[in-house]
Amino acid sequence: MQSFLLLTLILLSVGGYYLGRNRAFAVAGGQIRHLHSLPSFYGSYTALWCGLPALIVFAVWAMLQPSVIIDLVVAGMPPELRNLPPDQLNLAINDLKNLVSGNIVSSTPDAAMLDAANRYRNLQLIGNASLWVVILTLAIASAAYAWRAISPTLRARNRVEQVVNLLLILSSTVAIFTTLGIVLSVLFESILFFRKVPITEFLFGTHWSPQTALRADQVGSSGAFGSVPLFAGTLLISGIAMVVAVPIGLMAALFLSEYATPKFRAFAKPALEILAGIPTVVYGFFAALTVAPLIREIGAAIGLHVASESALAAGLVMGIMIIPFVSSLSDDVINAVPQSMRDGSYALGATKSETITRVLLPAALPGIVGSILLAVSRAIGETMIVVMAAGLSANLTANPLEAVTTVTVQIVTLLTGDQEFDSPKTLAAFALGLMLFVVTLILNIIALHVVRKYREQYE
Amino acid sequence: MSTTTIEIKTALDATLHSDTDADKRSSVEVTDYNNRQTVGKITVDHPKMVCRNVNVYYGAKQALKNVGIDIGINEVIAFIGPSGCGKSTFLRCLNRMNDTIVACRVAGQIKLDEDDIYDKSIDVVQLRARIGMVFQKPNPFPKSIYENVAYGPRIHGMVNTKAELDELVRASLERAGLLKEVEKRMNEPGTSLSGGQQQRLCIARAVAVNPEVILMDEPCSALDPIATAKIEELIDELRENYTIVIVTHSMQQAARVSQRTAYFHLGDLIEVGETDQIFTNPKHKLTEDYITGRFG
Repeated sequence: MQSFLLLTLILLSVGGYYLGRNRAFAVAGGQIRHLHSLPSFYGSYTALWCGLPALIVFAVWAMLQPSVIIDLVVAGMPPELRNLPPDQLNLAINDLKNLVSGNIVSSTPDAAMLDAANRYRNLQLIGNASLWVVILTLAIASAAYAWRAISPTLRARNRVEQVVNLLLILSSTVAIFTTLGIVLSVLFESILFFRKVPITEFLFGTHWSPQTALRADQVGSSGAFGSVPLFAGTLLISGIAMVVAVPIGLMAALFLSEYATPKFRAFAKPALEILAGIPTVVYGFFAALTVAPLIREIGAAIGLHVASESALAAGLVMGIMIIPFVSSLSDDVINAVPQSMRDGSYALGATKSETITRVLLPAALPGIVGSILLAVSRAIGETMIVVMAAGLSANLTANPLEAVTTVTVQIVTLLTGDQEFDSPKTLAAFALGLMLFVVTLILNIIALHVVRKYREQYE
Repeated sequence: MSTTTIEIKTALDATLHSDTDADKRSSVEVTDYNNRQTVGKITVDHPKMVCRNVNVYYGAKQALKNVGIDIGINEVIAFIGPSGCGKSTFLRCLNRMNDTIVACRVAGQIKLDEDDIYDKSIDVVQLRARIGMVFQKPNPFPKSIYENVAYGPRIHGMVNTKAELDELVRASLERAGLLKEVEKRMNEPGTSLSGGQQQRLCIARAVAVNPEVILMDEPCSALDPIATAKIEELIDELRENYTIVIVTHSMQQAARVSQRTAYFHLGDLIEVGETDQIFTNPKHKLTEDYITGRFG
């Protein structure tokens, strides 16, 4: 019903566009150059007037209508229903809504409820009908206003551009407000968590065992929320990943930017970037089913005890996943070093390797550091590979052959399944998320800062 | 230019004796615009570099056609000509900087003293240590002033101790007329200097390797008149120790700094001669048109 109204509105706007454009032609006497703007702008101007005000009213109406109807219905109920305590009243209203939409209700409806449901239906019909009338009248009236206002001197282009400008501003703020919203919600939940578990225990405790009791007499009810093993595990796995990704990625970047023929580069660079397109879950089972057993067998062959889920396996695979980040960004950065630097070095009789190590790398270093930091924050936030390949046990160890767990994995395990959202166990996930967010935020800020500093160098 | 009337050049020797008694005449000898044989004397008594039949191709396009010219010891020779005439291309052939351009192919013979620089036995790295280059836009490395100059001596292992390196850096900066200005700030980045200072730093950097020839590709085109005057003064001083080839768009600059001048036009070397003669008494109609401002 209401989507049909929306469609009608769109059709009206399209009609408005053509009417406005034709009107522009008419008032200009067929001479477009007499107009302030191109005819299509007059069309858009009319269409916007037709669509926008109606759309805004429509949105407000759609938001308010249900609560207004409920209020009206409740006001018309018999006093014994109306004066119920709020939670029971809510139940009754829910029942009423179910009754209206034909769903199953909690009990056999009595006369008062049936009466209320009838009035609810009537009000809804009246509301919808008046919505149609109001919206269409508004659309046609405002379109007519705009249509009449069209004259050769009307600055239609500027008006339309203002609206487009506003749209752009709104779009750009969506991302910002979403981030802000996420941060705030995580922050509030974390505050709830820190009311139950002291922040010092969370930050400095070395034991992680987030099982809390549902009943007072439950076994194993003591929860321990020391996040150090998690961050240590994250650090260990990210460290292994960087040890793999940075040298390989950097050397790949050097080869691609300085040594490879254009033909090979055109093939190899996209091929390398495909690595970034593989879903992490695929990397995850590659790590769990291929790499981890391989490492265990190699370990057994040389007499080492390797856990079947090891930090090494997860770190290695994660490193391979990150290679394209490092190589692609570093390649761009090395390419961005001006050709004149290479020429200057070659003209002094420097070899290619001297030019690379003494001129290109120092010049590109800030950018390379930036790319590495971005890769680190990617590694810290990575989840799937670790879930599958590194295990769930929160060991505090520096031995890469043992199973460890990371912050992201614990968040996943804390929040999967049915959870009660007031126990410290669940809230701990938000605290972990907040910590993780802060860490990656700091890394990103450093990376951006370094990259920006680099940009200023050649200007 | 109509391609059907271009004479096919055979041997350059045919052009070598075309300047007899030229100085006595006031009018232009070659008025045929289609005659692209080099006019003037291309040889010198004591050549540092000898170039013969140099052809350069960028892919299928020929950028230089049969260029032959000598570059004398301790002379400043200027290459002039309109944009795209091939003068920079030719300059970059002289130290094989064109090697870095993938599609570029050089044919012909270029000799430095007795060595054919395009011979397989020549190491391009050593060659470029003997033939330094200064570019159009100052391109100091993003390092300190000291490190910029020390770069060349370091990679060529020219010095053994820090004291020797210090001495060489100071001497090179002195030669480039920059020492007084930067003495107190050797550790500041090279990019912090002004444009003219940066260009002199690049000259100091080239001088530090102790080359025999210095190539300059429009070294003043990015500089203001005062900085330009300083560089020109410097070129004159450097002539005592080095052979200098300079490409320039400014005819006044060519007239001020060079002893000989070569005029390039659309890939052909049109005329070579003493700078005074080129600017006062050109023999080819194309040269005359260019220096009198009727062309380019």
